[in-house]
Amino acid sequence: MTAAVARDGALARPGTAGAQPGRPRSRRRLPSGLLVLSILVAAVLLVPLAFLLTEAAGAGVGQVASLIDRQLTEQLLWNTVRLSVVVTALCAVIGTGTAWLTERTNLPGRRVWAVLLVVPLAIPDFVVSFGWASISTDVAGFRGAVLVMTLSVYPLVYLPVAASFRNADPTQEEVARGLGAGRIKTFFRITLGQAKVAILGGCLLVVMVLLAEYGAFNILGYQTFTTEIFTEFQQLFDIASACALSLVLVALSLLVLGADALGRRRGRVSRASRTAQRAVPLHRLGLWTAPVLVLLCLLVGLALGVPVGSAAYWWAQGTNQPFQGTSLLSATGYTAAYSACAAALATAMALPVAILAVRRSGRVAQLIERSTYLVLAMPGLVIALSLSYFSNRYGDGIGYQSAPMLVVAYAIMFFPLALVGVRTSVAQAPAGLEDVARSLGQNRLAVFWRVTRPLVTPGLTAAFCLVFLSAVTELTATLILVPTGVQTLATQFWNYQQNLAYGQAAPFALLMIAIAAVPSYVLGRFFDRRTLTAPRFLRRNAR
Amino acid sequence: MSRIHASVTRRRLVKRGTAGLAVLLLAGGLAACGSASGANGSAGSITLYSGQHEQTTQSLVTAFEQQTGIQVNVRYNDEDSFADEIIAEKSHPVADVFYTENSPVLEYLQNQGLLAPVDSSTLAKTGSKYNSPQGDWLGVSARVSVLIYNPSLISKSQLPTSVLQLANPKYQGKLAFAAGETDFQPIVTSVARAYGNAKATTWLDGIKANAGSHIYPDNETIADEVNRGAVAFGVVNQYYWYRMKAELGASNVHSQITYFAPQDPGYVVDVSGAAVLKSSKNQADAQKFLAFIVSKSGQDIIAHSISYEYPLDDGVTTAAPETPFADLQPYPISIADLGDGSTAIALLRQAGLL
Repeated sequence: MTAAVARDGALARPGTAGAQPGRPRSRRRLPSGLLVLSILVAAVLLVPLAFLLTEAAGAGVGQVASLIDRQLTEQLLWNTVRLSVVVTALCAVIGTGTAWLTERTNLPGRRVWAVLLVVPLAIPDFVVSFGWASISTDVAGFRGAVLVMTLSVYPLVYLPVAASFRNADPTQEEVARGLGAGRIKTFFRITLGQAKVAILGGCLLVVMVLLAEYGAFNILGYQTFTTEIFTEFQQLFDIASACALSLVLVALSLLVLGADALGRRRGRVSRASRTAQRAVPLHRLGLWTAPVLVLLCLLVGLALGVPVGSAAYWWAQGTNQPFQGTSLLSATGYTAAYSACAAALATAMALPVAILAVRRSGRVAQLIERSTYLVLAMPGLVIALSLSYFSNRYGDGIGYQSAPMLVVAYAIMFFPLALVGVRTSVAQAPAGLEDVARSLGQNRLAVFWRVTRPLVTPGLTAAFCLVFLSAVTELTATLILVPTGVQTLATQFWNYQQNLAYGQAAPFALLMIAIAAVPSYVLGRFFDRRTLTAPRFLRRNAR
Repeated sequence: MSRIHASVTRRRLVKRGTAGLAVLLLAGGLAACGSASGANGSAGSITLYSGQHEQTTQSLVTAFEQQTGIQVNVRYNDEDSFADEIIAEKSHPVADVFYTENSPVLEYLQNQGLLAPVDSSTLAKTGSKYNSPQGDWLGVSARVSVLIYNPSLISKSQLPTSVLQLANPKYQGKLAFAAGETDFQPIVTSVARAYGNAKATTWLDGIKANAGSHIYPDNETIADEVNRGAVAFGVVNQYYWYRMKAELGASNVHSQITYFAPQDPGYVVDVSGAAVLKSSKNQADAQKFLAFIVSKSGQDIIAHSISYEYPLDDGVTTAAPETPFADLQPYPISIADLGDGSTAIALLRQAGLL
């Protein structure tokens, strides 16, 4: 405990230091198995990068240079950067604000809002953009892209920040207030301080997702590096050049990761002790209730109402083709199954990396964790092609276009989402509790199962749900890797949409949203009340 | 006290419920993952990569399976993505047959040496001017470029009759086109061939300025936006309009289509084709599939499908489009001149449209 808290510096609190008197400030020892596991996970996640490097090398320096040295590149860079900055800032404000409202205030219908605020994440970008484009042709270009992307990715900030508020230690705020700090000062200094890791983590996800976004920008007519990479892949069949351009994207995301690392340097938070946990008194909104509700209605109306409304409209417009209930059912089954497998796999992979990153400050641990974020900035097409490339070149084609490979592709693509969820929880789980458990003679596995696991369960669930939501709507990689003959909701929607059969496509879009609402509900509901009682054996021994 | 107790129990129930749900999803997932993996590989089956419309492909496949007993496993994706996949899969090929909406992608794979020669008896079924000059792919059906317009926004007499007029400033804010759509490239190629690259570049700049924010990602969007009155007219292939009409019902269609003047370079016929992969281990069965789709029964299916393309067998006629294929008067550009689309792409890029 002491070591962990001391490293966290500023946020160490009196009362915790005395928990284990006389314990030397030694570096915590972590099992080497953890390191090995993490390295394995990182290696799997770097497969797409290896593909990019191999292929780009084939293009030759001259070709790559001429591709990058174009009039268009400057424009693409400017487009990509300004969009990332504006959308990320908006998402940070909206995500943090709404998280505070649903977790820390007496907002009416908090649990309902908690669900509604997450669902937009689950609506496929092509449905969102289509919905907006069908309302107004003015939703296009930079402003259109800002609007559509902000409304569909702000939950990436909301989710980790809400989880962090939920678990944060209320005593800090009380102490600050007790020491005479005003409400606003307390909010900015303490409340936001506690959520800093989560906010940064969320923003990082937003930037990376923006870098890799294709579908929405394609519909909105907004050019970024990723849309150009798709052109390179799809219209010129020039894999080498596309890979070379993707490396520019990787370089951009390295910059983002670097900035993020600087930002979170002193941001780690640990809490005093779960045994001291109690319900946080909620802030009263009072007269602010009505305006806040109006704003939330507006947000949800825009983020959820527009796409759902346009899908419902197309459904109501009807279709002259017969409705195919069986294909709907089987597509739902496959979609749910693949997404659940991928979510479980990604969460399992994230656990060792998160523990390593939080509990060990060494360069190796940081490098491993950071490197895993790179995949998020790579378009789904690149990840799918890299798996197909390696399976064909080195794997004798085994497993290619099979369900396991699709699940692995999803797990790779959405691993960083899982990591943020798990990491937030692990960062807040005091290592000291594990030390106590060890000192009481529990072996490592028992400590993990009885102490660590219950503490990080909320994060694991959040991670599972995030990956699940994202996988349900994935299209580009799915089209390449899905087993022959299988349709998921996204591919079937795409098939119909390609045929202008919007009436037939609509139920698939609505079903995708409905399926994604399940984990959203779980996310909102699972931690309804703080389930953070102390681990059972601690209570027993504490008597 | 009892209230607290009740709330605790409820919480536990919720917790158990969600845990149960997760387990259920996972179990279902594992079962599905297991069952979905062992599909293909048996004798008498081929794998088809289809960039064509799902419904039409499916009708063709079903009829072929009934007639020959050969099972067809179909994958759907953009034909452009399939080209990348076919190249990535070179060492362990999956596809036997590749069926596309446009010829450039087939020309490209042919130039890479990835396609097998089509049986000459099959090639003879359709007019030679719509097959690969080299004989490695087969023309199956065709489409023609048209103008789709909304009569409440622009009258037919105000519409351009030549493709060059699209760049006329009087159409500013009225024109829509899809620069990234594969159907648009043949028009660019055709303009460049007729008037030279320099003029084509000026023309592209002009239509880019005229379209402004009405440069859409695909023809589906153009058809929809024109029909809704968001923009006056646009360049599409004829079948988008017919399909929209079939989908929405005639009463919801507020747009019309019209042709460019005969032999205008904007009046272009696009060919949809199919090929057998050189790497296929089921050459005989794959060739049978190609023979089937240009046979009388195959072409009949295309003629009556909801893709509204022209079958290339001139013995087969369509109810819609109404203009018979033989009566069309397109710009006489050959398949070889259309090539793999690289000229068009270079020009589009130069104009900042790609």
